[in-house]
Amino acid sequence: MEAPLPRRLISTPVAGPLAALVLACLFFGLNSAQFFTGPNFSLIIQQVMVVGTLAIGQTLIILTAGIDLACGAIMAFGGIVMTKLAVDSGLPPLLALAAGLAVCAAFGLVNGLLVTRISLPPFIVTLGMLNVVFALTHIYSNEQTVTELPALLTFLGQTFQLGQTNVTYGSLLTILLFLLFAYLLGSTAWGRHVYALGNSPEVARLTGIRTRRLTVGVYTLAGLVYGIAALLLVSRTGVGDPQAGQTDNLDSITAVVLGGTSLFGGRGLVLGTLVGALIVGVFRNGLQLMGVPSIYQTLITGILVILAVAVDQLSRRRMR
Amino acid sequence: MNAKLPAGILVTALLLAGCGGNGQSATSATPKVGLITKTETNPFFVKMKEGAQKAAQAGGLELMSAAGKFDGDNAAQITAIENMVAAGVKGILITPSDTKAIVPAIKKARDAGVLVIALDTPTEPQDATDALFATDNFKAGELIGQYAKAAMAGKPAKIATLDLAPGITVGQLRHDGFLKGFGVPEGDPSIVCSLDTRGDQAKGQTAMENCLQKAPDLNLVYTINEPAALGAYTALKAKGREKDVLIVSVDGGCTGTRAVQSGQIAATSQQYPLKMAENGVKAVAEFAKNGQKASGYTDTGVTLITDRAVPGVEAKDTAFGLANCWG
Repeated sequence: MEAPLPRRLISTPVAGPLAALVLACLFFGLNSAQFFTGPNFSLIIQQVMVVGTLAIGQTLIILTAGIDLACGAIMAFGGIVMTKLAVDSGLPPLLALAAGLAVCAAFGLVNGLLVTRISLPPFIVTLGMLNVVFALTHIYSNEQTVTELPALLTFLGQTFQLGQTNVTYGSLLTILLFLLFAYLLGSTAWGRHVYALGNSPEVARLTGIRTRRLTVGVYTLAGLVYGIAALLLVSRTGVGDPQAGQTDNLDSITAVVLGGTSLFGGRGLVLGTLVGALIVGVFRNGLQLMGVPSIYQTLITGILVILAVAVDQLSRRRMR
Repeated sequence: MNAKLPAGILVTALLLAGCGGNGQSATSATPKVGLITKTETNPFFVKMKEGAQKAAQAGGLELMSAAGKFDGDNAAQITAIENMVAAGVKGILITPSDTKAIVPAIKKARDAGVLVIALDTPTEPQDATDALFATDNFKAGELIGQYAKAAMAGKPAKIATLDLAPGITVGQLRHDGFLKGFGVPEGDPSIVCSLDTRGDQAKGQTAMENCLQKAPDLNLVYTINEPAALGAYTALKAKGREKDVLIVSVDGGCTGTRAVQSGQIAATSQQYPLKMAENGVKAVAEFAKNGQKASGYTDTGVTLITDRAVPGVEAKDTAFGLANCWG
């Protein structure tokens, strides 16, 4: 028998985060005259699009009960590769972009192979990869920021008019990506396999899912998504920045966790991750508009994460 | 059931937010000034914020502040600029973490009519901001170079330089200034060891240990700042070399100045973050009042601090240094 609709909404893992997001918006709307404006919401989406996109890849990996500590570093390397190839090596921008995406996907592939072929824990693989990729970024970039980018690499940072509000193409792409992955995870056989893998790899294997290949695919796809995040980052800042992404691995995990996805795999929704990323963005923006120093933003984000995981644990205990 | 707990999260967080904010200003017409530093925690920037707060109170402005999570956190500084512009600030004072990468974001703020002033660190190019209030870092290096030259009194020098990190102008300028003041070119054989410390005490200590392995007879150490100098001192002391190696530094933080007083560091070039912030806030107040924009470079001064003055190099003692130090 199917539960009534309100009941079902509450039992989805996104309901809690969504309620938190709406309440936060109401709170900041009451406290700051500038908060409830089109341009400000457009700004918040711009500010979360890079971490949000990274967090799509992170969600995929966490759903398989893995974790990716290298995502921010891979993104930074991808950004340097596409900008340096286009500016310093004079490659056609489209090729440079493709190379950047390919490099990111390749690192995802290597992560996936190490996790499946040598059975290393994802935490260790990606911790090692974090250092490898970080170093490669600094070696390859020679610690130099790349400027004067071709239009193709900054296009996503341009805006179009939506009513009275300027919206960046990157924001639009980010939302489309979330919808695409919501579809892939929610309505395809591949998506069901990812959940099955995260719930129990052994059961998944016995039901005929090729779990190794699936895992490698997930890590590679996540890498490709980091490449798109790299393009978003480059177009947002207008430069190739070797220092970028240093805390984005943890920020992306924050978005996933705040979005109600379980760190133990198999449970969660990618749209929850979008909500999680928006919660962080709304708090940062709203607190800044109220004149609260950024150290309090860090404090509050930390508390939110602990509480979100506590909620996940408590609701699991109740389910048993 | 699920939905109720997150509501609890929110209440807690919002209460905290309430504690953090000093006065809601959504409706007030007080002009706002933003201060964006590299990090929240470095004492140099803590002092800068203090100076800005004081000057803002005196000038009838409301201060908003923000910072990156680490030195080099460009994304956080961009986000802070955007949010401050959205909040309607008259001017932004920024210590750029990445001097090139921040430029497009600054341009957008200036296009929106906001006065942008760089503090401490110039952007590249320097005219990307309306004005710059900073220490002359080359001169700061030059002063300790001249001091070291006189203090060595003709003894052949074997120099170790404990630098900042590649590609950061502040570190490069101090290093170059030191060599100019000491009178040796880059690459001179008397420079026996050069390592990066990121201005960190633990990394400074490691760097000095490694330099001592490479060149046990070194006798002069240039350091990018006093934390690096104190790290070097610890390493030298472990080898029993702390008495016969001269350490010179730049910054003038209170901990560093006390280290000059106790003789761990021979001399340091003191800079004045409080003054940078005060001048910056005053310039924004001026702009809010009559639309006059500050421009160009304002040298906020640098003073050589030592208790063992040498002839021919102007210096103040540590009593002066401690009265004017930051941190």
